[in-house]
This record gives sequence, C-alpha cells and structure tokens, in this order.
Amino acid sequence: MPRTSRTFWIAFVVVVAALAVAPLGLPEFWRKFLTEILIWGLLAMSSDILIGYTGMVSFGHSAFFGLGLYGAAAALLVLRSPNLWIALAVGLAAAALVAMFVAYFATRLRDIYFAITTLVFSQIFYVVIFTWTEVTGGENGLYFTQPPLAIPGIFSVRFSTVSLHWFVLAIVALSYLALRRITQSPFGMVLQSIRENEPRTRAIGYHVERYKIVAVLLSGLFAGLSGTLYAIQHRFAAPDFVFFTVSGEVVIYNVMGGMGTLVGPVVGAAFFLLLREGLSRFWAEYYLIPLGIAFTLMVIFMPQGLLGFLKRRVNQ
Amino acid sequence: MLEQILVQTVNGLVNGMVLALVASGLTLIFGIMDVVNFAHGDLVMLGGFTGAVTVAHTGNFWLGLLVASVVIGLFGALLQITTLRPLIGRDPLTTIIATFGISLVLQKYALWQFGPTAQNIPQPIAGRFELFYLQYPWYRLGAAVMAGAIIGALYLFLKFGKYGIWIRATTQDRVMAAAMGIPVPLVHTGVFAIGAAMAAASGVLFAPLAAVTQTMGFDFTLRAFIVVVVGGMGNLGGSILAALFISLLEAYASLVVSPSQAVIVSFVALILTLLFRPTGLFVPTPK
Repeated sequence: MPRTSRTFWIAFVVVVAALAVAPLGLPEFWRKFLTEILIWGLLAMSSDILIGYTGMVSFGHSAFFGLGLYGAAAALLVLRSPNLWIALAVGLAAAALVAMFVAYFATRLRDIYFAITTLVFSQIFYVVIFTWTEVTGGENGLYFTQPPLAIPGIFSVRFSTVSLHWFVLAIVALSYLALRRITQSPFGMVLQSIRENEPRTRAIGYHVERYKIVAVLLSGLFAGLSGTLYAIQHRFAAPDFVFFTVSGEVVIYNVMGGMGTLVGPVVGAAFFLLLREGLSRFWAEYYLIPLGIAFTLMVIFMPQGLLGFLKRRVNQ
Repeated sequence: MLEQILVQTVNGLVNGMVLALVASGLTLIFGIMDVVNFAHGDLVMLGGFTGAVTVAHTGNFWLGLLVASVVIGLFGALLQITTLRPLIGRDPLTTIIATFGISLVLQKYALWQFGPTAQNIPQPIAGRFELFYLQYPWYRLGAAVMAGAIIGALYLFLKFGKYGIWIRATTQDRVMAAAMGIPVPLVHTGVFAIGAAMAAASGVLFAPLAAVTQTMGFDFTLRAFIVVVVGGMGNLGGSILAALFISLLEAYASLVVSPSQAVIVSFVALILTLLFRPTGLFVPTPK
C-alpha cells in the first residue's frame, strides 16, 4: 500500500470512529445536530461533483434534495407499514427523475446559463409543491412516522437518536468512499479536464456531453439520498426545503469548505451550521449579515476555501 | 372574457415596463463587465425602502424617487469598488457567487433596518379611469410611462452622450477602449452605479403598485434573470421586449391559474428559450 493511501485510510478510520463515538458523549440536542451536519454534508459533497470537479455551478440542488425528501415522504405515507428501504428507493427514484431533466439541460448549457437554469428549474418544483396542496400539503408540509430499521424476516428495531446517527454515518461514509473513488477514477479525471478546458477535452476525443450527463445524475442521486435521510430523521417534509435558500446554502458550504475536495464541503457545512447555531442565539436571523460578508470575502480572497487555505499554510 | 384579456394586457404591459427597467440595468452590467448580479433584486428592494422612508418623511413621491436612485446608485458604486473590482477577469460564475453573498447581506440588513412588515408608498397620481368593468388607477399607467422614460433616457445617453459612448466602447472591446484613453475601471463603476440607480427607481415605481418587503428581492432577481436570458444576455432592446413578453405571458396565465402558479409559465419560457434559441428570442439569428 503506498504511503499516501495508508495515511488516507488511517485518517478515514479515525474520523469515522470519532464521529461514531461522539454522540455517546453528547447531550440529545447535539447528537441530533451532528446527524444533521452529516446529512447536509452529504448534500454538499454531492454538489461538489458538479461545482468543484466539473465546473458547473448548480443553484438548484434544492430540487434534488426536495424530491428525495418528498419521495421518501410519499413512500412512508402511502405504505401501511413504513419501510425504510422502500422510502430510500422511492426518494432516490424521484431525485433521479429530476436529475435526468437537469442532465438534459447540462449538455446544452454552460456556465451562468446552467446556473440560472438550475435555479429556475428548482423554483418550478418549489411552486408546484407549494401550490399543489391536495397532494403535497402545500405550505403546511407533510408529517409521517419514522420507519424502523429492519431487514425483512430477520429483525426490526425502532431508531434511537444514536442508532439513527450510526445509520446516517454509515451511509454518508460509504457515499464519501464511492464519490472519492469516482472522482479519482479516469471518469473523474475527465470531469476535471472539462472544468479546466472543455473544448480541449472535446478535441482529445471525449464525449463531453455523456460525461456531463453522468456527473449530473450522480450528483442528483447523492443529493436525493441526503433528502431521504433528512426525511427519516425529521419525519416531515416542507416546501421550504425545495426553496432556493437550500441551494444557496449548498453553494456556501462548497465555497467555505473548499470546492473540489469532497471533504471541504462537509467541513464547510459543519462550519456554517455551527456558526449559525452559535450566532443565531444572539442575533436571530441577522447572523446572515456577518456570515454573508465573510462568505463574500472568502469568494474574493480565499477561493480555495478553508481546507485549501489550511493545506497551503501547512505546506509552507 | 375579451374584456378580461384586454385588462390583463394592460396589466402585463405595466408590470412589463417596471420589469424592463430592472432588467435593463442587469443586462447593461452583464454586457460591460460579465458580472451576473445576483443582488440586483435586492437593490430594487433597498430602493423601494429608501423611497418609502423618504416619502414618509417629506411626503413627496418624486423626491423619494430621486433620493432612492441617488443613494442606491452611490451604494452600487461602493459595492462595485469593494467586491466586484477585485473579481474582474475571473469567471462570471465567481461574480454570481460573490453577489449571491451580497444579496444575503442586503436582505438581512433590510430586515434589521426596516423590519419584517411590508411598507407602502401612497400613489402619487390619484384618480382612476374606467377600463371596462374596472376602475383602473392612472398611476399604473404613469408608472409604465415613467419606466419607459427612464429607459428612453438611458438609450439616448448611451447613443449620444460622451460617457454613453465610453460605455458602448468599453462593452465592445475593453482593451481597445483602455488603449484609447477611456478609464475602463471608472466606466465599470459608473455602469454598476447606473444599473443600481435604475433598480432603485423601479423599486420606488413598484412600491405603490404592491408593497415593499425585505424578501421581494429574490423574486425580482429571478424575473430579471429570466428576462435577460430570454432577451439575449447583454442586449438592451431584447431585454425590454422580453420583459413585456414575459409579463404578458404571466398576466394571461393568471386568467387560468392562480398568480402564484402563473410564474411557472415564465420559467418554462426561459427553459424553452435556452433549449431552442439560447442566444435570446429577440435578437437576430447569429450568422
């Protein structure tokens, strides 16, 4: 095993172990908070494939997240006995459906046009979900029961805060490994080459459109996965989660943590959510004023994000 | 039914002119410095609030319009110097992300400064006229005419004014303009200030039609984006036609569905435009 690879695995195991043990020593509120950071972290990672690796800024990740959320909600409400795996599957299928539409645009639109279209596209879903009250519950959202953690015929237990955390941690850790593998594979290299120079990538002979389609589909699927996890944790779905605010926050996680690093966006999500938790106690909604200023300054002076900045400092 | 359609046509044209005023600022800014200003709608909102405060203190609508445009124009210049000037030459995507940060700050600043309640400006032109089954306020037409006058003034300024020619030269070729002695960074700041002032003016014109709330900025940004893309990025005439087109579409759609659902029509119009005519609906086909 090469040395860098061993360091990575040691670091990975240490971090996952720390995250697994952490809820045991934390009060109930922070346990849930930690799980939530992991869920938003997964959403941030999923968008990193597009923003960081392929250079396509999506301002519409709330659509994938929201459809995952509402898909899981639908599965949990319609079935007589709520089933975890069916909820996950339906949520993923719903997100994949949206991702296919967005993938179709992605092949035709670049840069700001892609950003604006994803933004507008996610707003379509927001308006539909907000106004279609009979099905989606409209502004009030949907409430449903939490499915038990079960393998049919073998066992079935209710989730506790800690076991839910472990479940989410397992999914997020596996997703991270999958995403890392994808981004380091030849496929991931082509994505980065599209980001650096699209015409040249095309000239070398890569079918850029196909790569973009797969990138958007992957990104949408993992974003949908985080939406279903959110549904399972919070047991309710609301149109607010499909609104632009969520997409905007995802972009903030990416910029703050460091685009194109996978870990960075998770760190960014943790950083943002902790700051929000801390600041909103004193300043209510106004925490976004200092945070927004910090964010804008980071875009200008620290485009590589917190992680990239730290990496550079360590290397010096 | 025919009468309803005609009334909606008037409504669509009135909303379209106000939207055109917002969008022409946005498209001007994009055309000259490749900046997609995500905070544009928030400048509309701040303009509306500034106007509302001025009108509340002085009772003079026209003074409110003037003060809001000047204050927000200066603020726009400040914004451009502090946050956008360092970004010149970087990807337009970076500017959309940076201005998104600004938009967050402005929205919460407005909440802090002006509170969560909606603020109103009384209509400066009283009186109504009969439009079929409606008593139609004159002010609505007045707002459209004023928006048109401001856009017209901008057009004349760009066409004949010395600084307008500077702006057009910089839009066409930044490097060549600099070589001819045009202070390009100053032109950039000036254009951003003009765009911001136009946004503020439309905020004040819009305020008596509805009300100013701190969350209205995003809505305006979204619509202005749609208009600017449908009209062809950086194309002033195209943006104005697109603003009218989109507003008419929405007005007609709201005959059939609720107004909150009618916005979907303009979303779909944008997506169809991008798929089939990505250079914009109202520009000649590029050769």
